[in-house]
Amino acid sequence: MATPERQLSPSSLPAAQREGTSREWKVFWSNPLAWIGTILLLLIILFSFVGPVFYHASAYTPNLNAALAPPSAKFPLGTDSLGRNNLIRLMIGGQLSLEVGFAAAFVSMVIGVLYGLISGFVGGFLDVFLMRVVDVLYSIPSLFFLLFIDSVFKPSAFLLVFVIAMVSWFGVARLVRGEVLSLKQRDYVEAAHAVGASNLRIMLRHLLPNVMGVVLVSTTLQVANAILTVAGLSFLGLGLPPPTPNWGQMLSDSMNYMFQNAWWLIYPPGFAILFVELCVNFIGVSLHQAFDPRLRR
Amino acid sequence: MGKYIVYRLIQAIPAMIGVTIIGFFLVHIVPGGPAQAMLGPKATPQKIAEINRIYGLNKPLIVQYGIWMLQLLHGNLGQSYFYNQSVWSLIAVNMPRTLAIVGIGIIFAHIGSVILGSLQAYWKNTWFDYLATAVTYFFYAMPYFWLGIILIMFFSVDLNWFPSGGLSNPLNPNPGFGSWVAHTTLPVATLVIGTIAGWAQYMRTSMDETLVQDYIRTARSKGVGEVMVVMKHALRNSILPLVTLLGFALPSLFSGALFVEVVFNYPGMGLLFWNAAVQRDYPVILGIVVLTGLLTIVGNLLADLLYGLIDPRIKYS
Repeated sequence: MATPERQLSPSSLPAAQREGTSREWKVFWSNPLAWIGTILLLLIILFSFVGPVFYHASAYTPNLNAALAPPSAKFPLGTDSLGRNNLIRLMIGGQLSLEVGFAAAFVSMVIGVLYGLISGFVGGFLDVFLMRVVDVLYSIPSLFFLLFIDSVFKPSAFLLVFVIAMVSWFGVARLVRGEVLSLKQRDYVEAAHAVGASNLRIMLRHLLPNVMGVVLVSTTLQVANAILTVAGLSFLGLGLPPPTPNWGQMLSDSMNYMFQNAWWLIYPPGFAILFVELCVNFIGVSLHQAFDPRLRR
Repeated sequence: MGKYIVYRLIQAIPAMIGVTIIGFFLVHIVPGGPAQAMLGPKATPQKIAEINRIYGLNKPLIVQYGIWMLQLLHGNLGQSYFYNQSVWSLIAVNMPRTLAIVGIGIIFAHIGSVILGSLQAYWKNTWFDYLATAVTYFFYAMPYFWLGIILIMFFSVDLNWFPSGGLSNPLNPNPGFGSWVAHTTLPVATLVIGTIAGWAQYMRTSMDETLVQDYIRTARSKGVGEVMVVMKHALRNSILPLVTLLGFALPSLFSGALFVEVVFNYPGMGLLFWNAAVQRDYPVILGIVVLTGLLTIVGNLLADLLYGLIDPRIKYS
């Protein structure tokens, strides 16, 4: 935490912040969970994006003679009902799931931060109105929203990012507004007003950097949510259209072969989603412990 | 207290109106429309116009909203485009089924997470605590639908203990209570496992903070037994966060129920909504969105009031 006296002088502000943040990162990296989460997540990203460069196989060519084959030397993770190689499909399937998850979390963060910043900083009637809107949106189960939009429009990766972001920014907005409400009472904000800084400058230069800690934590957890949502929508048959595979849709397909005990179709995509969720949650919890002063010991 | 309830109810009205406005306009602004969905590829402009006229879809949106709201206030949610039934009768059939699994799920999830979280806090930083944390992390990260599939694989396909889905055996015309229990066990178990994984950590933190309070030390030094200390003195104070969670958990429990219903082919609100969304059955979609929105708002209200019942320190004004 930078002290208010230091922040009074505008020139020392960035330096003070850099110092403050670096301590938080030190706490973060001293947590073994953070290391496990980061390294495992990097491995999964490498598996999905670099894996296909080294493992040459087609994810799309059907081979009906080898349909539903259990794992073998030729097909390390077996084949699906059309005889397609399950390993390469798992790799390619991860690309879309990860891209959409991260992009949706990022977009929802941007919307939420701007909304909360304006609501908290401007205050008054606008604040009451904007927060009422958030209350209303909170009451609508977001999955119903998503399912509906997805069934009406032709699903694409872009649409998925957009709609997931649209139903997940409220939490961040509330959080940022709460922080801004308390931050704008601080002496350094008053000092910035006194030296003639514009409202925009105060919001972006003085308030924004100080709310980024909590935003980072909630955005990380949002990535986990978004990836789960993408998988869930695909599972319900309303995700991205075939033939491009993704983990949720692979799981949904595998359900048809439950009674043939096709475990090689059911477990790999499930564990892939599970591991990504675990990693992102590990990182999120470690960030929370590092950036929330109440949790620091 | 009475004043507070009235105040909160009045506060909930704008939220409800907001839910109806968003639901209604969202559904009507989209391209295509029910006429297209009903007629399929054979749709001609004349037929579309005729259907739009029959259902009143050619009137201005604001007028349609007014008519729909007026019906809603009379408890009429309209007629399904596809089932030849009123939306209300569809919901009346399906809602109890979903409420059954969600309600039973909430009860078991509460009991389970209170026990697990309390034990974890009591044996803090022992192998039991670490193991339980690892297991809850694992299940928390697991998608509901995959958990459901795995339960089916183990308990239906391999062990053949429970049916893999549905609500009753079609060959048995007169299913009894036993059949109902058999068909709901796995869906409820899926919901309960997923929910406990999320809640037990809150309970652990809360119990952990309570167990170091002065009054707990006083109770111990008076010679109160450990079981009584935890069960009577600490539990009442540490259960508060779970009551708040109950209100917030309703939307996510309904979403969870949707996945569970699809996996287990359990005919409840989730399956009804899913089919309606695919068929663009506007009145059904709207009815369910409005009803779940209402339930969420009521759930938050109940959680608030329960809070006061459990914690006498909170005064309503």
